[in-house]
Amino acid sequence: MKEERDPIRDITDIRSMMERSTKFLSLSGWAGVLAGIYAICGAFIAYRFLGFEPGVNNDGSLCADSGSFSLQQVIFVAVVILLLAIITAVFFSYKKAAKRGEKLWNATSRRLLVNMAVPLVAGGILILILISKGFVGFMAPFTLIFYGLALYNASRFTFEAVKFLGLIQISLGLLGSFFVSYGLLFWTLGFGLAHIVYGIYIYYRYEK
Amino acid sequence: MKISVNGLHKAFESRVRLGIMSALAVNEKIDFNSLKEFLEVTDGNLASHLKALEREKFIDVEKSFVGRKPNTSYFMTQAGKKAFDDHLNALEMLINSRNRNEIKK
Repeated sequence: MKEERDPIRDITDIRSMMERSTKFLSLSGWAGVLAGIYAICGAFIAYRFLGFEPGVNNDGSLCADSGSFSLQQVIFVAVVILLLAIITAVFFSYKKAAKRGEKLWNATSRRLLVNMAVPLVAGGILILILISKGFVGFMAPFTLIFYGLALYNASRFTFEAVKFLGLIQISLGLLGSFFVSYGLLFWTLGFGLAHIVYGIYIYYRYEK
Repeated sequence: MKISVNGLHKAFESRVRLGIMSALAVNEKIDFNSLKEFLEVTDGNLASHLKALEREKFIDVEKSFVGRKPNTSYFMTQAGKKAFDDHLNALEMLINSRNRNEIKK
């Protein structure tokens, strides 16, 4: 006689395998919280110490009297924050994947990254073009919009919550593009506060 | 046993084979190493189950080269999709009839 099979258990196995083979679930809430904290620190440094408060016209181009901040220094701070956030995310995901007995670099994480990369690279290039044309005011809100699009696009391959995080970033980016002079504030809300709230949610929902 | 096991295809009795079919049902194709990682089985074990499903014509192989390394991917055939759907329906019926019996008791 064959082993007694429990159809409910079979269905559970099927569902979990479908999820396992399509979704990368080793994203860590802690990485989100830390990325948010880095972003807030970075925005504070840019605003307070580098005097990043570009007076901008409504079209996002710099006013003649827009203070004396160094664009290079602001971009340098932004790149440092980005690298810190990526290193943190990779580190925590690596630990979480190891705990789940999975590899960090597998079919699902690859797919997640490819789906994020397309909007991010397009956005990055567009932002460089805008900077070169002097539309510095759109720098911060456009990073939000394209990051949000990347998250929204990639959310099919990871936690559902990433989709909402993406929509929030897109909305904040659009608001920031309209109210250009509050660009840094919206940026801090998006990359700072939204990441922290998302990270805490992921932690309590999936990691506790 | 009262419940008919009709519709529960023999090929899906193994947990590994059911796992392979579940993963292929939601992915266009999957390479051997990824399947191995998802299922947490050894090379030999996975290969023999894949062979069995191939014999049933439920899955098919696609061989290609990534750089100079050979890469073997698997995908579900139409027959495989149908068999898997039938299997899911059979499981559903099994669960439904069991629930009905429990209500009767």
